[in-house]
Amino acid sequence: MMNCRRATRLLSEAQERKLSFKERSALKLHTLICTGCRNFEKQMHSLRRISRSFARGATDGDSSRRPGEKKTNKP
Amino acid sequence: MTIDNTAGEPVRDTATETLADETFLRELREQMHRFASVQLGDAHLAEDAVQEALMGAMKNAHSFGGRSALKSWVFAILKNKIADILRGRNRVVEASSLLREHEGESDFDELFDRRGHWYAQERPAHWADPESAVHDKHFWRIFETCLNHLPVRQARVFMMREFIELESREICEAAQISVSNLNVMLHRARLRLRECLENNWFSRGEER
Repeated sequence: MMNCRRATRLLSEAQERKLSFKERSALKLHTLICTGCRNFEKQMHSLRRISRSFARGATDGDSSRRPGEKKTNKP
Repeated sequence: MTIDNTAGEPVRDTATETLADETFLRELREQMHRFASVQLGDAHLAEDAVQEALMGAMKNAHSFGGRSALKSWVFAILKNKIADILRGRNRVVEASSLLREHEGESDFDELFDRRGHWYAQERPAHWADPESAVHDKHFWRIFETCLNHLPVRQARVFMMREFIELESREICEAAQISVSNLNVMLHRARLRLRECLENNWFSRGEER
């Protein structure tokens, strides 16, 4: 049975390469019964989306602001 | 398919006008500089990259409407500059990075028990609404702080992968490491980063 250390390692690697069928099956069996790793898996996707936003310069938190809208400089 | 200036951006807010807005330009510059410095680890190199990206933006400003379009575009140019610098930097193994080769070798004994399972208090929790966090500037302060708390080399490869979107092969070349080395470093960086974000943002005020 795969442990969480190994599962998180594969879930991380899945961000770089397509996992093999065997790896995916073993992971699936693990995440079915492990909430922590299931959350970790979702967080890997969130982390990627967050990083992409960061790299697009979204860090002033106004990326949802419509263009042309005045910027409010709250303290 | 025609490429038009979509997202319903009003034409009046042209990039040229935007670049004339000093406050906007100053803030953009600072933001770009922070972004470049953290990845290049060198304020001067960062400044050069920012300058070049902004020059490019000025030259072609007329073809962009709206500040969000302009901003994404300037950041895209900046990312390319950083990628070039990082790629060109390979084969020079800095002595300082050799010294840090074994940083974070503990292999997360504090996260996993002897059988490799999460300790109960370390188990990743559900993140409520990660989508809306990116619209909150306080979240970004936390994110930057968490990045800064990563060991330097882990942070670098994480940023090459996630911000500049280099492939594993390119990162290994630039950082002079093996693929398995890289995978270990990325695994560690992600474990740390997610823990830091969870503790400081996604489960603030919650009892654990």
